[in-house]
Amino acid sequence: MAETKTELLTLSIFKRNPIALLVLGICSALATTGQMTTAFVMSICVTLVVAFSSLTISIVRFQIPSSVRIGLQIMVIATLVILVDQILKAFYFELSKQLSIYVGLIITNCIVMGRAEGFAMSNPPIASFADGIGNGLGYGFILMSVAFVRELFGSGSLFGTEILPLTTNGGWYLRNGLLVLPASAFFLIALLIWLLRTIDPSQQEKD
Amino acid sequence: MSHYLDIIIRSIFLENLPLSFFLGMCTFLAISKQVKTAMGLGAAVLFIQVITVPINNLILTYVLKPGALAWAGQPDLDLSFLGLLTYIAIIAAVVQILEMFLDRFIPSLYNTLGIFLPLLTVNCAIFGGTLFMVERDYTFGESVAYGFGSGAGFFLAVVCLGGIRERLEYADPPAGLKGLGLTFISAGLMAIAFMGLAGLEM
Repeated sequence: MAETKTELLTLSIFKRNPIALLVLGICSALATTGQMTTAFVMSICVTLVVAFSSLTISIVRFQIPSSVRIGLQIMVIATLVILVDQILKAFYFELSKQLSIYVGLIITNCIVMGRAEGFAMSNPPIASFADGIGNGLGYGFILMSVAFVRELFGSGSLFGTEILPLTTNGGWYLRNGLLVLPASAFFLIALLIWLLRTIDPSQQEKD
Repeated sequence: MSHYLDIIIRSIFLENLPLSFFLGMCTFLAISKQVKTAMGLGAAVLFIQVITVPINNLILTYVLKPGALAWAGQPDLDLSFLGLLTYIAIIAAVVQILEMFLDRFIPSLYNTLGIFLPLLTVNCAIFGGTLFMVERDYTFGESVAYGFGSGAGFFLAVVCLGGIRERLEYADPPAGLKGLGLTFISAGLMAIAFMGLAGLEM
């Protein structure tokens, strides 16, 4: 790897974005984007888990026999996710109720596995950590942009505070019901992918 | 009986795993280019879901729940914090055993499902099914019904998407939208169509 640490960090946010370009970890990206708060918490959780699982796996990478590596990786990731889950339950109970099963689902989030398998197994700890943070941020970037549109135009608020006064509360903004529905996340991500691929045509799919 | 039927119908149409909870998206989008492979994937998910959700339910009831270990003389033990780790290990084990079993005894089925089985260990639909079972506190009977319903829901959704994508081959979208983008939009439209079934009750 000839890339510097800063490149590792920044490349994954735009050029190698895990969601839009590699199509990894979409499940939670769609499900938790109804509100900025949940999307924000989810991004932090995923960033932490990716970074630390990459770090741990990279440290022990010479001791892992290749036949059981997937199982070991899952164990490391599951342990980290349990930590995150318990912390959320202890200190932010309301949030953990809203995120419901999606925190647990970080275990099966392909970004985490993908980075562990694709990068941390063959790179030194510090670089893997940087790569993990970068991928977490890239994931967070997509999550936050989708959540921004969905919450602002769907419920007229950002982070739960009212920005556009709704007609139901005597304001002027008639909310867009479609954006509250889960299906809208599909459309928004499709548009984001379209945008990213138009900016960078090398990502377009050929027949 | 109608209670179980209600769970099945609900999990197939109203709470469809890929279309209303977005679970199993990665495989859902990656392996739906053709109806034939989509059917293989759907069948594998259905198969594993029917097995793992009830097994995890048993594990939850007899090992992990607070007080569940009373039969082993440990009535005060609460192991529920180990849940995530245990479920994923069980799923991985079941998938592995199933793969070896099919390879040995039912080769024809192994040939159809074989390539998809290892993928399913880290499929959120499988894991999500188990987590929903835990969150909703299903009994054993309910968990069997839920496992079947959610698996069948995935099967239905992935086969439909496969059919749509086969047709989309002939479409001529803008270059940036080709492939992934268009698939997302079709999945979104399908999700809206499935919402039309809301309010369906037995």
